[in-house]
Amino acid sequence: MTSGAESGTAVSLQVSGLAYAYPDGTQALFGVDLTITRGERVALLGPNGAGKTTLVMHLNGILTAGHGTVEVAGLPVRSDTLREIRRRVGLVFQDPDDQLFMPTVREDVAFGPANLGLRGAELDRRVRDALDRVGMLEAMDRPPHHLSFGQRRRVAVATVLAMEPEILVLDEPSSNLDPASRRELAEILRNLDVTVLMVTHDLPYALELCERSLILSEGVIAADGPTRSLLADDELLAAHRLELPYGFAPSAHPR
Amino acid sequence: MHVPDGFFDVPVSAGAGVVAAAGVAVCLRRARRELDDRTAPMAGLVAAFIFAVQMLNFPVAAGTSGHLLGGALAAILVGPATAVLCVAVVLLVQGFFFADGGLTALGVNITLMAIVTSVVGWTVFRLVTRSAPRSRTAVVVGSFLAALVSVPVAALAFTALFWLGGTAPIEVSSVAAAMGGVHVLIGLGEGLITALTVSSVLAVRPDLVYGARGLAAPLVLRTADGEVPVDRPAPAPAPRLGLRPVLVGGGLVALLLAGVVSFYASSAPDGLNKVAADKGFNANEKPHDFESGPLAGYGVGGIENERLSGGLAGIAGVGITVLAGGAIFYTVRRRRQDKAVV
Amino acid sequence: MSAGHHHALYVPGDTPVHRLPPQCKLIAALGFAVAVVATPREAWGAFAVDALLLAVVAVVARIPPGMVLRRMVIEVPFVLFAVAIPFIGLGERVEVLGVSLSLPGLWAAWNILAKATLGVVASILLAATTEPRAMLLGAERLRLPSLLVQIAMFMLRYMSVILDQARRMRIARESRGFVARDIRQAPVLARSAGALFIRSYERGERVHLAMLSRGYTGQMPAVHDLPASGRQWGAAAVLPVLALTTALIARSLA
Repeated sequence: MTSGAESGTAVSLQVSGLAYAYPDGTQALFGVDLTITRGERVALLGPNGAGKTTLVMHLNGILTAGHGTVEVAGLPVRSDTLREIRRRVGLVFQDPDDQLFMPTVREDVAFGPANLGLRGAELDRRVRDALDRVGMLEAMDRPPHHLSFGQRRRVAVATVLAMEPEILVLDEPSSNLDPASRRELAEILRNLDVTVLMVTHDLPYALELCERSLILSEGVIAADGPTRSLLADDELLAAHRLELPYGFAPSAHPR
Repeated sequence: MHVPDGFFDVPVSAGAGVVAAAGVAVCLRRARRELDDRTAPMAGLVAAFIFAVQMLNFPVAAGTSGHLLGGALAAILVGPATAVLCVAVVLLVQGFFFADGGLTALGVNITLMAIVTSVVGWTVFRLVTRSAPRSRTAVVVGSFLAALVSVPVAALAFTALFWLGGTAPIEVSSVAAAMGGVHVLIGLGEGLITALTVSSVLAVRPDLVYGARGLAAPLVLRTADGEVPVDRPAPAPAPRLGLRPVLVGGGLVALLLAGVVSFYASSAPDGLNKVAADKGFNANEKPHDFESGPLAGYGVGGIENERLSGGLAGIAGVGITVLAGGAIFYTVRRRRQDKAVV
Repeated sequence: MSAGHHHALYVPGDTPVHRLPPQCKLIAALGFAVAVVATPREAWGAFAVDALLLAVVAVVARIPPGMVLRRMVIEVPFVLFAVAIPFIGLGERVEVLGVSLSLPGLWAAWNILAKATLGVVASILLAATTEPRAMLLGAERLRLPSLLVQIAMFMLRYMSVILDQARRMRIARESRGFVARDIRQAPVLARSAGALFIRSYERGERVHLAMLSRGYTGQMPAVHDLPASGRQWGAAAVLPVLALTTALIARSLA
C-alpha cells in the first residue's frame, strides 16, 4: 500500500521553502524546510503562535502553499493530488471530538477507508486492524462520546491508521491526557511502524518518543537535531520560549 | 414543547406535511449552494446549538423564565435556508428520538417553527438592514425586530391552521387575539435575546454572522504594504435612511392591531370576554394554555391578572411593541446623529 | 422543554420489537399515529383498543411502564390546554358543579387528550426500542434526503458536546455569583449564547476539516445495507393495520 516505494525514495515528507500568509495578511510561515525519512519519529516543537498548526494544515492540503512545495513520498501537494495526499497523510487533530464525528467507533474508523472505496470484508478488516493497533477493538460498537478522553484520542489515531498512511501527523497528542493514558498512548505510538511527525510543546513526551526534533519558531525551522541535545541546550530553548518541566533533566532520562 | 397528535385533523396535518416537505426540499438545495460540502457538518452543529440554546432559560419577568425558539436567530446567523434545515432537524429529532411533538403534527411543527419563523424573521431582517445604512446597529435592530415579529406571526399562522382543521370549537378571532397578544410579549423576549446574541457574536466574530456579511468587507483598505483596517466613517444622518424601518415596523404593528380590532368587532358575547367574566374560569390558566401552543415555552405567569381578555393582552402587547420599537429607533437615530457630529 | 431532555429514550434490549428493522418501526409508528388521529372522537372503544395495542407492544418490548409514564410528562402543557377548552369553547353548554362548560369543548378536550396520549406513547415506544443510530439508518432507507439525515446525525453526535459546553458556561457564571433574576440579566445569557454559537460554528469547521482529511468529497460513503424482509414488514404492519381497522370500524359505526 505504501506508494513511496514506487517513487523509489525513502523520504516520507519533504517541505521546501514553504511560506504562507492568511487571507487577512498575517504571515505565519516564512520559508520552512524540512525532510523526514521513512520510519522516523520526529517531534515538531515550538511555542504557541509559531505556525505549527499552519504548517500541519499544509501537509494534507487543507491550506495550499503561498510559496514553496510540500511533497509526500514524492507526490507534490496540489489540488489534483489531494485525494491521494489525504490518504498518505494521516492527521490526528488535537480535540478527538472534532475527529470522531460518526455515531459509532466502527463507522468512524470506516469513514476514511470507505471514502477510498473499500467495502465489505476488506473494509471490516481495515477497521479491526486499526482498532487492534490502538487496543480499542472492544469499543468498536460504542458511540465515541461514551469513551474516556484518552480512549477517544486512541480511536482518533485508529481512524487515521485505517487509511494506512505514509506518515502520521499528531497535533499535541499528549494534551489533556492523564498520566496513565499518556503512557498508554506513548506505548502505542512507539510500536507503530509508520513515520510519525508529532507536533507538541510537551518536551518530555518528545524526548520519550522521538530521536529527532525540529524547532519551529517565528515561521521558520530554527533548529533540527537529536531531541536530547536540543533539550539540553538551555539557551536554545529559552530563545524559543520552550521550557522543560521543573526538575526535568533530559540527561537523566535514558530512552 | 410542540404540538402533539390530535390537535389537527388528518387533512390539515397532511397538508402541512406537504408544505413542510416542499419547504425543506427547497432549503436543502439552497443550503447546498450556500455551504457546499460543508452543509452537513455545519448545519448539524448549528442544529445542536439551537437545541442547546432552547434549553437556556432566561428570565422574562419577575419570577418567570422562558427560552428561545431560535428560528429568526438561526436565520440571521447562518442564513434562512440553513436555518430552516437546522430547526426542522431539531424538530424531527425531538419528535422521533425524544417523543416531543406528535408524529402526525410534524408537518405543522416544521411549517410553523422552522419555515415561518425563519422566513418571516429573515424577511423582516432584510427589510430593516436594507433600508438602513450598513452598520452594526442596523443588524442588531434588525435582529430584534425580526425575532419579535417572527413569534406572533407564527402564532397567527398556528391560529389559521387551527381555523382550517383544529379539533376544538374555539372562536378563531379570540384564539387569534390571545395568541397574537401573548406572543407579542413572548416575541419581545425572543427579540431581546436574539439581538443581544447577534450583537455578541458580531463583537467577536463578525464574519460568522450571515446577516452581516456585507458589513466587514468595506472595513479593509488594500495599500502598498498589505491590508490595513480602517474605521468606518460615521454614516450620514439622512432622515430617509432611518425612516423605512419605522414604516415597515409600523406596518407590521398595524397588521397586528388590525387583528385585535377585528376581534373586538366580531367578538360574540360568549367569546373570551364572556368566559373571563365567568367566575368559574380561572384566569390563571388561560394564558398558560394558549401559550402552550406551538410556539410557546415562555412562562408569562407574571402577567395573568391583567389579561381579562385576550384582546386586552393583544392591545397591551402591540402598545409595548410600538413603544419599544419607537424607543429603539429614537436612540439609534440619536446615536447616529451624535456620531456624525463628532 | 425541560432540562435532562437530551437523554435519548433508548432502552437496550433484545426483543422482537427491538430486532425489527428501524424503517419498519418508523412506518408502523407513523401509521399508528395517523390511524389514531383519523379515529372519530366519539369512539371510546376504538381508543381503548389502540391503548391495548400499545400495551401489548410495550410488554413484548419489555419497556418498563414507569419509564413510559415518566416520559409522558412532556404532554403536560397540552393537558392544561385541553382542560381549558371546555371553559372557553363555543356551543351548547352544560352545568357541572355549578360551572358552565361547553359540550363540544369537552369533546374537543377528550379528543386532544386521547389522541395526544396515544401518539406520545407510540413515539416513546419507537424511541425506546430503536437505537438512535438505527433510527437514522431507517430514515435513510425510507429515502429521506440523505443530507437531512446527515445533519441529524451530526446534531445527535455533537448535542451532548455542546450541551456540556453550555453547562460549563452556566457553572462558570454561577460560580461567580451570577443569578438570572430578571430581564436585566439577559445580556449575560445572550453573551453565553453568542459564545456557544461561535464554538459550535468553529467546531463545525474543524469537523469539516477532519472529514476532508479522511477523503470526504461531499458524499457520505454508503456502507450500510439494512434490508428488511417481507416477514419483518408484515410483523411491523400488525400495529398500524389493527389501529386503522379499528378506526375504520369506528367510522362506519359512527
